[in-house]
Amino acid sequence: MAETPVEEMTFEDAIRELEQVVGKLERGDVALDDSIALYERGAALKKRCETKLSEAEEKVAKITVGPDGQAAGTAPLDP
Amino acid sequence: MDLFEHATPASNAPEFTVSEISGAVKTMIEGEFGHVRIRGEVGRVSRPRSGHMYLDLKDDRSVISGIIWKGRADALPQLPEEGMEVVATGKLTTFPGQSKYQIIIEDIAPAGAGALMAMLEKRKALLQAEGLFEATHKQPLPFLPDIIGVVTSPSGAVIRDILHRLRDRFPRKVLVWPVAVQGAKCAAEVAAAIRGFNALTPGGALPRPDLLIVARGGGSLEDLWGFNEEIVARAAFDSNIPLISAVGHETDTTLIDFVSDRRAPTPTAAAEMAVPVRMDLFAALDNQGARISRAVTQGLGLRQQRVRDLARALPQSDALLQGPRQRLDYLGERLPAALNAAAAKKRVQLANAALRPAVLQRGIAEQRRRLDTLGARLDPALQRRVADAGAKLAGQRLIPPDLTRKRERLDDWLQRLSDRAARQQDQRRARLAQLDRVRETLGYKETLKRGYAVVRAVGAVVTTAQGVKDAAQVEIEFADGRVTV
Repeated sequence: MAETPVEEMTFEDAIRELEQVVGKLERGDVALDDSIALYERGAALKKRCETKLSEAEEKVAKITVGPDGQAAGTAPLDP
Repeated sequence: MDLFEHATPASNAPEFTVSEISGAVKTMIEGEFGHVRIRGEVGRVSRPRSGHMYLDLKDDRSVISGIIWKGRADALPQLPEEGMEVVATGKLTTFPGQSKYQIIIEDIAPAGAGALMAMLEKRKALLQAEGLFEATHKQPLPFLPDIIGVVTSPSGAVIRDILHRLRDRFPRKVLVWPVAVQGAKCAAEVAAAIRGFNALTPGGALPRPDLLIVARGGGSLEDLWGFNEEIVARAAFDSNIPLISAVGHETDTTLIDFVSDRRAPTPTAAAEMAVPVRMDLFAALDNQGARISRAVTQGLGLRQQRVRDLARALPQSDALLQGPRQRLDYLGERLPAALNAAAAKKRVQLANAALRPAVLQRGIAEQRRRLDTLGARLDPALQRRVADAGAKLAGQRLIPPDLTRKRERLDDWLQRLSDRAARQQDQRRARLAQLDRVRETLGYKETLKRGYAVVRAVGAVVTTAQGVKDAAQVEIEFADGRVTV
């Protein structure tokens, strides 16, 4: 099983592992104890994915450029 | 008719100084060619540190020098390059110091789209040769970027389209780096923006985007030209942040499109490449959740079914016990008889022995009593054991493993019993034999063999000579017989 804590996983990693967990459980060749651990792992992964999905936040800002041509800060983007 | 006499050559013509004639030529040329457009191919180009630009315009037969002053050169949207077909606008003038005439170029532009395309092809070939277009340099786009950096004009439809499509699919944080998307400043600003985004630190006050979109709406080839500049292409190539280019319409291909990690046909399409659809992901996630629950439930159900099936296949405990119980009964019945038989055998052996000292018989009787007692006790004890074992078996509902062990212990007992009896028998027999030998040596018959004789008179042993004289008849016993004298 992957060593990365579920809480630090990207959405993509989490859902990829979730798919693997589901696949393993569906094949049914996992020992009973392992299957319970896998189920818990799957639940954690699903929760992680849901968290990432609910983090859908729209925030739009415009970069303001300093005299040196580097980004100096942000300003609201006025259309 | 000759009204005037012939002037002597160069006699009274006015004499110019070199500067005078140079100045006159200059005035004349500048007056006559104050504003001209010249079409030609750019020859050698040089730009010293002064910032002025010197170049040659040429066709197949002639060459004319040209100068672009620094101020003009900086404002040109498109600097001339060697080999480019151009139209230069400006005025002719002279450079008296070198007896040279030249054009001061106010504006210079490629001579039509063909010239631009030719130049673009040249650049493409150059960058391709450098390997900038190689597929191995393409970075994969992140599946779900947290922050998207957009390099485009802050006003206009393009940023609206991108934001709108992002909102529909998966709202994200967007940082817009405002740039001019056409004109002379375009290329430099776009390149600076790409490098500027890359210079941000991840998670800083200004967080570094994990995906860049360089976008511009459709336009003429000249409008899009900034995105064909080498500095833009190189900045896009150097970007460590995956970059989507979306410049112009689907049919427009600019230099940055070859270098970017993905090319989107439109700004909207770039937004679609940038993020997945949130609702689809929710649905997929729910689907996975349902599958995992179903798989676990099914796994448990299958195991339960297996346990039930196996339980059914287990034989009844009674049937398992019948055989062993019968054997126990059989052995239990045989055991006293066997003991008796063994005792009888010992008795016969004892009876066959030559001597039966009372001690021995007492011993045998004692053994017999012990045997009888044991035999009598064995039966109930055995039954008790059998009952215990049966109860244990019934309790376990399986064959107790100690059944065999108990039987072995019984056998072992029996064996030890008979062994001990036999051993004692042997010991006694040995003692008997020894006693007999002692008896034999103590007896007189052995002495006879050594030459002694026993003399008897009238049945009694005579031990004196006087006794023999007194007797009428004596009997002498030798080792091999008796003689009457």
